[in-house]
Amino acid sequence: MDPETFSGDTVIDAVSAVFMVVGALMSLAAAVGLLRFPDLMTRMHAATKPQVLGLFLLLFALGLQMRTWWVWPVLVVAWIFQLLTVPVSAHMVGRAGYRTKHLHPELLSADELEAVVQQAAGKSGFSDDDGGATTDGR
Amino acid sequence: MSRKRISLRQELPLLVWLVIVWAALWQNFSPGNLLFGALIAVLVARLFYLPPVELGGRFNLLRAVPFGLHFLAKVVAASFQVLFLAVAKGPKVISAVVAVPLRSHSDLLVTATGHVTALIPGSLVVEVDRSTSTLYVHGINVRNAEDAAQLRKDVRNTEAGLIRIMGTKAELSALNQELDS
Repeated sequence: MDPETFSGDTVIDAVSAVFMVVGALMSLAAAVGLLRFPDLMTRMHAATKPQVLGLFLLLFALGLQMRTWWVWPVLVVAWIFQLLTVPVSAHMVGRAGYRTKHLHPELLSADELEAVVQQAAGKSGFSDDDGGATTDGR
Repeated sequence: MSRKRISLRQELPLLVWLVIVWAALWQNFSPGNLLFGALIAVLVARLFYLPPVELGGRFNLLRAVPFGLHFLAKVVAASFQVLFLAVAKGPKVISAVVAVPLRSHSDLLVTATGHVTALIPGSLVVEVDRSTSTLYVHGINVRNAEDAAQLRKDVRNTEAGLIRIMGTKAELSALNQELDS
C-alpha cells in the first residue's frame, strides 16, 4: 500500500466502516432494550435514543462513501426529520401508555403525574386535551 | 376560524426551511430550482395554513453552536447509557415520573425543551401541561429523590441553554436575574 492511497481513500473507508459498525451496534442496543426492559416507558427509551445516533452514524458513513457533495443535504434533512419526529412519537406513545396504565408502579421511585392525571380525569372526563396534543400534534 | 395575518418576517424561517427541503430532495441547488421551490413554499404556506410559531425575535449563533455540539455528545452518551442499562439491568431498572416546572411559557421553547429532553440521557417527556408549562418527564434509572432532583436540574439547564439561544429579551433578563441571585 503506497502512502498516497493511505492518506485519502483508506481513511474515509476506515471512518465509514467504524461508523457503520457502531451504528449497527446502536440498532442492536435498541433491540436488546426492547426485549429486556420491563414496561412501555423504559422500552420507549430504548426505541428513541440509540435509534437517533445509529441513523446519524449510518447516514454519515453513507455520505462519506457516496463521495458527492449533493447527497449531504438530503442526509442532513433526513436526520433532522428524525430528530423532530422521534420525540413526538415517543411522547404520544408514552402519554397513551401512561393513561392506559401500561406501566409497573412498583418500578417507579416517584410519580408526580398520577395525582394530576386523576384530578384532570375527575374534572372533565376524557376531554382534557391540553397543550400536549396541540403543540406536538403536527 | 379567523386567520391572523402573519408578517413575511415571521414566516421567513418556515419558507427558508421548505426551500431547503425542496432543493435537498431534488439534490439540485441551482437558482432556477430554488426559485421554483420558493414559489411552491409560499403556495404551501398559504394553502395549508398553520398557526404561526411565535419566535423570540433573536437567535444567538455563538450560543447555538456549543449547545449543538454538547447536544450531540449527550445523544452519544444517552445511547451508550441505554445500551448499558439494557444489558446490565434489564427488567430490574427503576425509573420515575418527575414534574419539571419550566420558566418559559412560549410554545416554541417548551416544545424545543421537550424535544431536547427526549433525546438526552435518561429522560422522556410523558405529558405537557401547557397552562403551567410543566413537563412531566419519565427518567430511566432514577432510583431516589436525589436522582430526581438531578434530572429536574438537567432539564432546567437545557431550557436555560435554549433561552440563551432563542428566548425573548424578557426571558433572558429574567434568567440572568435568577442566576445572579
